[in-house]
Amino acid sequence: MGTAPNKSTAAEQTPHQGFVYLPLIAGWLVPGAGHFLLRKWGRGALIMVSIVAMFTLGLAMDGQIYTGAKDILDLLCTVGDLGNGLMYIVSRVMGLGGDPVMFTTADYGTKFIVVAGLLNVIAAVDAHNLRTGRKS
Amino acid sequence: MLRPSHFSAVLLFALFASTVFAITQRETPQKMFRYGLYCFALFIGSVIVLSWVMFLIAR
Repeated sequence: MGTAPNKSTAAEQTPHQGFVYLPLIAGWLVPGAGHFLLRKWGRGALIMVSIVAMFTLGLAMDGQIYTGAKDILDLLCTVGDLGNGLMYIVSRVMGLGGDPVMFTTADYGTKFIVVAGLLNVIAAVDAHNLRTGRKS
Repeated sequence: MLRPSHFSAVLLFALFASTVFAITQRETPQKMFRYGLYCFALFIGSVIVLSWVMFLIAR
């Protein structure tokens, strides 16, 4: 009777094979991809819609994409932007994003882009926790 | 270029942030839904309260 929980725990801990950090990296590069890899379709879709919408709305509001660090705040915002993974890289390559803030809405947009990146990091770490069994 | 009002931007921000918080911080769908609503209400409630505080300070 005492061994039954151990058997079920062992069975639950080995549903996924392969590189343990794959959901973390995939989730960072593409929002929700980490959850998709773990067959959490609903969670992945909601995360993808939320983060992609937030990033796109930020760009639509003429938000700034940070490209370098002139001071500590710029550095922090660049780190936040980097959380967007491929969306950030594609935006940099395509030259998207507005100039340094000219309108109030552009400031909102800049913050939307930074926060989308930070939320994506949280989501990628959540996918990693699901992969390691720390969360179900 | 999209030009939402300040409150519209807050509503969108709260909606997306609450969704991600709910999914990542709770384990069951029911708890996620309740936590998402809780976060959304806190976002909007705190914005309204802080707006009134700033309005009263500025008078």
